[in-house]
Amino acid sequence: MCDTCGCSDDNDIRMTNMQDGETVAVHRPEEDDGHEHGHSHGHHRETKTIRLEQQVLTKNDLLAERNRGWFIGRSILALNLVSSPGAGKTTLLERTIRDLAGRAAISVIEGDQESTNDAERIRSTGCPVVQINTGAACHLDAHMISHALGELQPSVHSIVMIENVGNLVCPSMFDLGEKSKVLIVSVTEGEDKPLKYPYMFQASELVILNKTDLLPYLDFDVDKFAACTHQVNPDAQILQVSATKGNGMEAWYEWVIQGTTGKFSRSVSM
Amino acid sequence: MHELGITQEIVSIVTENARGAQVKRVVLEIGKLTAIMPDAVAFCFEAITSGTVAEGATLDIIETPGCGRCRGCGGELVMNEPFAICDCGGVSFEWLSGKELQVREMELV
Repeated sequence: MCDTCGCSDDNDIRMTNMQDGETVAVHRPEEDDGHEHGHSHGHHRETKTIRLEQQVLTKNDLLAERNRGWFIGRSILALNLVSSPGAGKTTLLERTIRDLAGRAAISVIEGDQESTNDAERIRSTGCPVVQINTGAACHLDAHMISHALGELQPSVHSIVMIENVGNLVCPSMFDLGEKSKVLIVSVTEGEDKPLKYPYMFQASELVILNKTDLLPYLDFDVDKFAACTHQVNPDAQILQVSATKGNGMEAWYEWVIQGTTGKFSRSVSM
Repeated sequence: MHELGITQEIVSIVTENARGAQVKRVVLEIGKLTAIMPDAVAFCFEAITSGTVAEGATLDIIETPGCGRCRGCGGELVMNEPFAICDCGGVSFEWLSGKELQVREMELV
C-alpha cells in the first residue's frame, strides 16, 4: 500500500523516475471492490431503490483540485499538453526547455501507453522528468499526476509540463489539476480537426499550430483552421510555430512566462 | 476508449454504495454532449460487473438532450454536437443541459 493515497490493487500503470531509473507500479485508489463476501443475500426479497445522483468523475475531480492546490501553494505553473500522436509535443518541449534555460525552471511528466523513449529525449536536455506508462488507459488522470509529483518534487516558482498521451478524445475529460490545457496540432492534420474533435478544442485555452515550416508543401488552409477552431471555441488563442525550425516560438514562450506571473496573482487573491 | 475507465468509476460508485447487497438495476444519466458512447458503457458494464454484487444488474441509461443558450441573443438551441451557430450568428453558448454524467439511482435486492 502506498503512503500517498492508500492504493493497493493491481493494474498496468507504471512510473519511471528518469533520474535514478527506478520503475514502480502506480495503483488505483483502494476501494471496496464489491465482490461477493461468501454469504447469500437471497433472503432479502424486497427491492430498495437508492437515489445516488453521484457525479461519475467525482474522484478524479477531487484529486485534480488537490493537485491544483499543491501547484498554487508552491507557485508552480502546470500545463497539460495534449495532441494526437505525432503532432510534435515532445519536440516542442525539447526546444522550449533549451530555449527557456535560465529564464524558467521546467520539469516534465511524460505520459505514454508504453516505452520511456520520450522521457529519455527530455532527460537528454538536462530537465528532471518522470515517465508514466498508462498501460491499458488512454489518458493521464489526476491520481497518476499526484504520484508523479511525489516522485518529481518540482521546485517552487517553477513550471511543470505534463505531456499527455497522444489522443484527441479521452484526455479532454480528465482534469489533472493543471492551469491550462495546451493543444498542439500539426499542419499535416486536416483543417477541420476542431470540428471532428470539438471536446478537446473546447477544453484547451491555447492551440499551437505546429510544423508551419511544411506549409509551402501542403494544401493546409490556416484561415480555415482558425475559423473551425473559433467555431468550436471562440476564446481559444492560436499560435503558429515550427518547433524544429524555431519559427514563432517566442510568442509561445511569452505565453508561458505570462502564465507564471498570472499564477502568482491568482494565489495571492485567494 | 475512455468508456472503460468511466465505467470502472460507475461500477465502483455502485458497489461501494451497495455495501454488499445485490444490485438489481442501475440508472445512469449521460448527456448528449459528454463525448461518451452509451453503448460502449453498457458493453463495459457487463464485463466489469462480472463477479461483483452488480453482476447481472440491468443498466438503464437516460440520454439527456443537449441544449445551449446563445450568449449573443439569449435564444435557446437544441444541440447534438458541443458547438453550433445561432440564427444571430453567435457561436458562444451557456450549456443548459447535455453535460450530465452521473449515477442517478440503483435498485437493491
